[in-house]
Amino acid sequence: MYTQGLDQAGNKETMTSGRETAAQLAAFQARIDAEEKIEAKDWMPDAYRRTLIRQISQHAHSEIIGMQPEGNWLTRAPSLKRKAILLAKVQDEAGHGLYLYSAAETLGVSRDQMVADLLSGKAKYSSIFNYPTLSWADIGAIGWLVDGAAIMNQIPLCRCSYGPYARAMVRVCKEESFHQRQGFEIMLTLCRGTDEQRAMAQDALDRFWWPALMMFGPNDSQSKHSAQSMAWKIKRFSNDELRQKFVDITVQQAEFLGLKVPDENLALDEDAGHYRFSEIDWQEFFDVLAGNGPCNRERIQKRRKAHEDGAWVREAARAYADKIAARAAA
Amino acid sequence: MSQQEWPLYEVFIRTRGGLSHRHAGSLHAADDQMALDHARDTYTRRSEGVSLWVVRSDRIVASDPAETSAFFSPAEDKIYRHPTFYEVPDGVENL
Amino acid sequence: MNSGEALTAYVTRLGDNALILGQRLVKLVAASPELEEELANANFALDYIGQSRLFYSYAAEREGRGRSEDDLAFLRHENEFRNLLLLEQPNGHFGDTIVRQVLFDAYYLALLEALMCCADTRLAEIAARAGREVRYHLRHARQWLIRLGDGTAESHRRVQQSLDDLWRYTGEMFDADELDEAMRRDYNGPDLTAIAASWRQELAGILAEATLTMPGRDVMARGGKQGRHSEHFGYLIAELQILQRSYPGATW
Repeated sequence: MYTQGLDQAGNKETMTSGRETAAQLAAFQARIDAEEKIEAKDWMPDAYRRTLIRQISQHAHSEIIGMQPEGNWLTRAPSLKRKAILLAKVQDEAGHGLYLYSAAETLGVSRDQMVADLLSGKAKYSSIFNYPTLSWADIGAIGWLVDGAAIMNQIPLCRCSYGPYARAMVRVCKEESFHQRQGFEIMLTLCRGTDEQRAMAQDALDRFWWPALMMFGPNDSQSKHSAQSMAWKIKRFSNDELRQKFVDITVQQAEFLGLKVPDENLALDEDAGHYRFSEIDWQEFFDVLAGNGPCNRERIQKRRKAHEDGAWVREAARAYADKIAARAAA
Repeated sequence: MSQQEWPLYEVFIRTRGGLSHRHAGSLHAADDQMALDHARDTYTRRSEGVSLWVVRSDRIVASDPAETSAFFSPAEDKIYRHPTFYEVPDGVENL
Repeated sequence: MNSGEALTAYVTRLGDNALILGQRLVKLVAASPELEEELANANFALDYIGQSRLFYSYAAEREGRGRSEDDLAFLRHENEFRNLLLLEQPNGHFGDTIVRQVLFDAYYLALLEALMCCADTRLAEIAARAGREVRYHLRHARQWLIRLGDGTAESHRRVQQSLDDLWRYTGEMFDADELDEAMRRDYNGPDLTAIAASWRQELAGILAEATLTMPGRDVMARGGKQGRHSEHFGYLIAELQILQRSYPGATW
């Protein structure tokens, strides 16, 4: 239904042809402007399709890779309840990855291709997951900051122009509600605990604050994809807008926790009603994106190992399915 | 060798009696039973009373949106299909 | 010990089995052969951890010493855990985990079904709830064993090896010790001899469909139920308990 739509030789109108007419592009933009949803087999500009494939698959990869830093503390969770909650969260992330791969496949890319691109290093995923989780407080920080940032990005995407992506995001957002709360609750428990626990929480904030701000991407002036994505309603708010909103909300939460944000220039601009903050170290951001963050190699290696170790299993399942089909036909 | 992936299935869920099955997404599975199990694990987290349909994506026959206007024509010439044609006498409720 | 204490120890042991298996399954996160299997595995791990909490909470209540489910999980020593040796074996490859699952679940489901009729209402209720979950686990694992046994030559070879390797841990499941006997006598508990027979029969059916050979080895490993574990156990417990041991008395 989805992938085959692109393979029909006779269906040139829906294939990427590079011969998109101004009329077609204008008609498409008019649909977008009218807040119509684009569905899988609708005509779409090639660039729209490619941008979405890139964005949705990156989002899916992020969910899958994101299971690792949190999964790192599953065996060591300090109570049975925390163990169960963390496991439910990690499971949700696998599910979100699945919904998103499913949405990307409607555009004509296969799961195999997306996985291959991830493992080869060609595909990107959110930079934040290339940082290590070194203490239990990091699990709290990830839920609080990383999921907090993700939610800010995801809620507007529930209204993006591409139907399957918007619907996947609605499902994701419904399940996301407890993730951030869980993280904040962990931080709160630590901050109300022993001196050592408070220090653990502060240390986690110190290490995750800047990587969390980097999650929103480069400044708008440096962001090459943004303008067209906004016009096509694949992106609803700019990087800087979302980042500012995140800082404004989160700084107050940090104050509630009694933690100090690791930014000596952080200050409330009363007139503007926003917190001003230091310039981000963009070199670190680009280093991590280029594969030189603390955990990039480990994340991909673990994913690759799981995939390779599973090859004989996937093959056996197919062989068995074929046998069953043959026996039924006989 | 094993780049041949498991086939794609579409998943439809009825969350409770009285509602229709709605398309929820897709997943990969090696066979029908696995598809049903995966759908259960992914899309319902095992809530009771939920009905699941899974269909191999390549078995679905779909209309072509490019032919929409012809396929779904409201047939302007056949006026008796439109409810506004019928005169409803005064005093008849709920019609 | 009196029958009440025996019941408490028996319930704790059920919690131990659930916790240790859950702990093993949790280690498989981000290592499944396919994304869809990740979700299944996480579901099962959540079920076992959930069961351990129900068993431990009940045992702690019965004890009346003010201990909690977490005290039982995080502050007991290795030799106080009475889980089956089968469950603390390392995960190995996917075939190993599936074989372990089938061997255990076929027994565990029968055990839970018997416990649903036992004289202790609370235990019977927990067993009913757990039974619904384990019925699904067994179906899932059984189907996978058939796919792997009757899949490719390589998958067949691998799971036959898994079966041969893990078979020696199956005997312990049916050894009736004093706790099993107290349950049977005082609480209308499970008859392990009967369960052993039906288990063997069920396994024979599954293995036949999977084109696998039931191992003939009769020398069984024992000790888990008495708190004498394998070398793997120390590492498992160390990881499990590290935070509570490092920060005594802290709230998490």
